[in-house]
Amino acid sequence: MNEPEIYETLTRIFRDEFDDEALTISEATRAADIDGWDSNRHIQILAAVEAKFGVKIHAGEIEAMKSVGDMVRLIQKKHRP
Amino acid sequence: MGITGHLHWLPKLADADEALRALARIEDPRERLDRITALARHQLDFIQTGKLDRALEKTRAELLAALGLPQIKLAWLSSSTVDHQVPSTRVAGLRRGLSIQSYVAPFNQYRQALLDPDSPLARFAPQAVLFAIDPNELAPSVPLSASATDVEAAIEGRVSEVRSLWARARAQYSSLVIHQLAPDISPSPFGSYDRIVPGAPASVVAETNRRIARAAAEDRVLLLDLVSASARLGHDVWFDPVRWHHAKQLIAPQVTPLYGDLVARILAAARGLSKKCLILDLDNTLWGGVVGDDGLEGLVLGQGSAAGEAHLAFQRYALALKARGIVLAVCSKNNHDTAEGVFLRHPEMAIRRDDIAAFIANWDDKATNVRLIAAALNLGLDSMVFFDDNPAERAIIRRELPMVEVPEAPEDPSLYARCLAEAGYFEATAFTAEDRARAEQYRDNARREEGRRAAIAAHGDLDGYLASLEMEMIASGFDEVHVPRVAQLIGKTNQFNLTTRRYSEEDIRALARDPSAICLQVRLKDTFGDNGIISVVIARRHEGDEGGAHAAEGAYRIDTWLMSCRVLGRGVEAAVLNVLAQAARERGARALLGEYLPTPKNDLVREHYAKLGFEKIEGDHAGPGSSRWALALLRYEARPVHIQVRGAEEP
Repeated sequence: MNEPEIYETLTRIFRDEFDDEALTISEATRAADIDGWDSNRHIQILAAVEAKFGVKIHAGEIEAMKSVGDMVRLIQKKHRP
Repeated sequence: MGITGHLHWLPKLADADEALRALARIEDPRERLDRITALARHQLDFIQTGKLDRALEKTRAELLAALGLPQIKLAWLSSSTVDHQVPSTRVAGLRRGLSIQSYVAPFNQYRQALLDPDSPLARFAPQAVLFAIDPNELAPSVPLSASATDVEAAIEGRVSEVRSLWARARAQYSSLVIHQLAPDISPSPFGSYDRIVPGAPASVVAETNRRIARAAAEDRVLLLDLVSASARLGHDVWFDPVRWHHAKQLIAPQVTPLYGDLVARILAAARGLSKKCLILDLDNTLWGGVVGDDGLEGLVLGQGSAAGEAHLAFQRYALALKARGIVLAVCSKNNHDTAEGVFLRHPEMAIRRDDIAAFIANWDDKATNVRLIAAALNLGLDSMVFFDDNPAERAIIRRELPMVEVPEAPEDPSLYARCLAEAGYFEATAFTAEDRARAEQYRDNARREEGRRAAIAAHGDLDGYLASLEMEMIASGFDEVHVPRVAQLIGKTNQFNLTTRRYSEEDIRALARDPSAICLQVRLKDTFGDNGIISVVIARRHEGDEGGAHAAEGAYRIDTWLMSCRVLGRGVEAAVLNVLAQAARERGARALLGEYLPTPKNDLVREHYAKLGFEKIEGDHAGPGSSRWALALLRYEARPVHIQVRGAEEP
């Protein structure tokens, strides 16, 4: 999966989760940047990422995911053969 | 199976994501709610369910009380994170016709929440309380080498504590108590040998669950059985260690739609919304093949063939449902005698003709026939489940009769019974003697109907027929043995119900103990059999000055009057009024006050009090269509009935 495709699917996940069709995300987007992105929401987003991309995020990887960019890099890594 | 397919009995949706996005474009909130409800009845994964719930909450805010759905307030008392389970429980409630409002007690503080009379929990005033204490927290911690006796003693201590929490929840809020039973998910130290070592976690949790289940039966607490549910899809689907370590979530997000449905079906059952009747197709459903084409000998049923055995197993499951009180009906596109012939003459049939309370086989459309079945059985269309192997027939019923449940029958008949069982349409919260006898009662009723038609044809005389029934009525106060049956009637009777007030078993016991309340449970027998308890009346001493002049004289207000539709047209209402009037007079009352609160289902009793000689004293007092009535007792004379009344009134 290439980067634009990952962003497209991630954007869909964020727009669905926050109920905002106008929401945009970028490499630097963090929890503080989106209203309502609390710890409960964060778990839902991670679960959605796992389901939509078919990846499994390990306990050790969760703390390292502080921004959308971190998520994208993790997804790319897990998709690489 | 992935993350979809857990609710396999629901139909799929071609483009669910687009359908969800389209919701925002519906302006009218009522129309949006209808669309949301329709979507809730299809297969959705946890992400889609979350989105649907957000649309629901926004719409609910716009509609407030005008939703018209029965409501229930549910409190979650848990030792793990459960917030992510609430949205799918709400959506599942909508799917099953219930508006569920939730309060989640602070994480792992369920004891404090219960003990503090001024907690947010107390202010929420729940009607149902769900104890979701995870199994490895509930079960005692014992060393691996502990003896069976030590383990038993430790478990006993934990179970006692849980029982006192249940008792507190129930006493404080007069609420339904549900206990979540979950499996052991810790890694096994021994392997299979775990179950032989009393101190191994698997053994301790299994034994704890066994004790809890027994205590629940004694304390009349309901169980949410995740042990069985998670066994079907597997622990890996239900429980994710990463979620546990990260967020103390016991239930994995992907399975929350199924979890929500399991909770909602219990709450709906407690509110009397479980289905009551299973309508079965015949060809390729109860047997393989088409009897009209293949003849009796060509049918695939039993006889050692895989498909034949599968159809037979499905028949046996239908009979198991009948044994617990579900009414069976047949709706088939067939010549009537040809279809009936299979029941009468095929040697492998497990279901007999008289197991079927309503048998319709003709060439009319099935929607018309389903309506006929509902009318013949005196059951609402919203209490029916329609099982048919033919997708075209299913689509017609879904379109014409959206209140009828239509599961997606699997292709393979081997899976028919499992589909029905997992769909949970008939979720139970009690198993009364009435349930056990229901099939016989429907059969007796069919005979009474025959008798009635014959009598009217012969004498043109309904009175003669009623007298010939030799009806006997036993009216008494609520006794402990019949509390579940009284609760069942109060929860499930929707048509002949003047005020549709719902009371829990605790409420009923409290009313029975109240010396100033008149409580009547009414049993009816006749020459055909015993109908069991078929009517419930609750009257309270009238407080306040509504009712004008009557109040000054001292009156009893009829809070609840309901009756099973099976005994309509026999004068039972008048006989009950005779008993009620006497009981009120003995308490010094000079008038009876009645009330009618309209619902979509009880138009039948709009003029109930008028027919019994009450005078209308107020209209629209509680919204359009409502009414209040009064009957002066001074000059009341017992109405003539063909029923002999036996038994003292309330103690």
